[in-house]
Amino acid sequence: MRDVAVIGVGMTKWGELWEKSLRSIFVESALLAIQDAGVEKIDSMVVGCMSSGLFIGQEHLASLLSDSLARNPVPATRVESACSSGGLALRQGFIEVASGLSDVVLVGGVEKMTDVTGSEATYALGTAADQEYEGYHGLTFPGLYAMMAVAHMNRYGTTRDQLSMVAVKNHDNGSKNPLAQFPSRISVEAVNNSVQVADPLRILDCSPITDGAAAVILCPADMAAKMKKPVIRITGTGHASDTIALSSRKDITWLESTALAARKALAMAGRKIEDIHLFEVHDCFTIAEIMITEALGLAERGRGGRAVEEGLTSIKGKHPVNPSGGLKAKGHPVGATGVAQAVEVVKQLRGEAGDRQIKGARCGLTQNMGGTGGSALVHVFERE
Amino acid sequence: MPTPSRYWREIPQRYRLEAEKCRGCGRILFPPRLVCPECGRQEFEPTKLAESGALLTYTIIRVAPAGFEDQSPYAVGIAEMDDGVRLTAQVVDCDFSRLQVGLRVKLEFRKMHEDGEAGVIHYGYKFVPE
Repeated sequence: MRDVAVIGVGMTKWGELWEKSLRSIFVESALLAIQDAGVEKIDSMVVGCMSSGLFIGQEHLASLLSDSLARNPVPATRVESACSSGGLALRQGFIEVASGLSDVVLVGGVEKMTDVTGSEATYALGTAADQEYEGYHGLTFPGLYAMMAVAHMNRYGTTRDQLSMVAVKNHDNGSKNPLAQFPSRISVEAVNNSVQVADPLRILDCSPITDGAAAVILCPADMAAKMKKPVIRITGTGHASDTIALSSRKDITWLESTALAARKALAMAGRKIEDIHLFEVHDCFTIAEIMITEALGLAERGRGGRAVEEGLTSIKGKHPVNPSGGLKAKGHPVGATGVAQAVEVVKQLRGEAGDRQIKGARCGLTQNMGGTGGSALVHVFERE
Repeated sequence: MPTPSRYWREIPQRYRLEAEKCRGCGRILFPPRLVCPECGRQEFEPTKLAESGALLTYTIIRVAPAGFEDQSPYAVGIAEMDDGVRLTAQVVDCDFSRLQVGLRVKLEFRKMHEDGEAGVIHYGYKFVPE
């Protein structure tokens, strides 16, 4: 296998982009990444998108996007793994470069979520759950994570305020990210008193509905070494699956797929969790970040709530989690999220993260998951 | 709108709680599968799902998906049935203040939702407090 580097990143402002179509959102980010990389030619492209079919009634997306980017006839592939579609696209792009099959690969992620009503969007996202045995009973994604939260609170004593502290921390970070959908600071009281969605989760516990895209350019590390920018290598990739029905899990308070994917990615990179300087993780709901910090081993099992309360995961803490603002503040265009996490880590490792820069960061990790953890992708990035 | 066949083929589980017992490890599978996730065997004997259990967790859905808007707010839970099967269903005939982990529930046959004026009316199981 060849070593793989990220030589370009691109992302535009996320939000409710009513004036823009899926294809234009994607092309804007892809062009930024191509420009950042300074390459003329791409050999292949891989795009993560969860549900363009339900959100805009469009399938056959990969070819549509290579056409929109005026890159026909490059081979174009769309991958889907619910909210981890972007992370999976990154892994597929990595495999393509590492194997020697392609040299320069554009990895993109995109979702256009505001062309449908709120209840239709809730339905589309709900298809990442077991439609026959969860969706049939009227369950939603906030509902599934709410049930994980109730079980976690009941078993470990995780508190309502600790859930809110995740949102407060990520909005603090997001307030320093000009591309974030909601770059506004909030308080614990504001979260605790926001509209109820699925008890105990409230609207400010939930990541928003977002239109957005992100893109990175991958190439062999020896090719990257000849370029001007710092070389950021992807040194580890891990991927695992789990039951998509929450009821089929042995333990609904534990994210086994994330734990396994992290173990694989760290082993491949030859790193321990303590070696990582920053984490971009899948905080689709506040309880998710608490459970992810446990699955990654940043906090002991059941102590993820205390970790945020004690400031362990704040931007100046021992293990900074979601310096970009996370899904919570930056937004969550589901297929784009896994790629945007890579964009943030690369910016941090290059020292280009502005007011939210973690000083001296040389090693970062992304964790992206689908559904309630039915799929998980973890990648490790290092600056040479 | 899905065709009626999608609902028709699930009638054995939704109406009659038909489950399977693995001939290898004895685990009860609901819904039935072709391969046992516990031991990998592919031979099963028919059985019926236990009708009582206890809530492992629950929530109250206040923002409903398409098709359920007129029912909200409604409670949904995961219960571990007395045969070890874990099941997701709505919790009905239960004041929200009574919901708690460990609440004993039993399964009842209820109307779920409708496709619309000319569509299929869906039925299935829901939890009610014992």
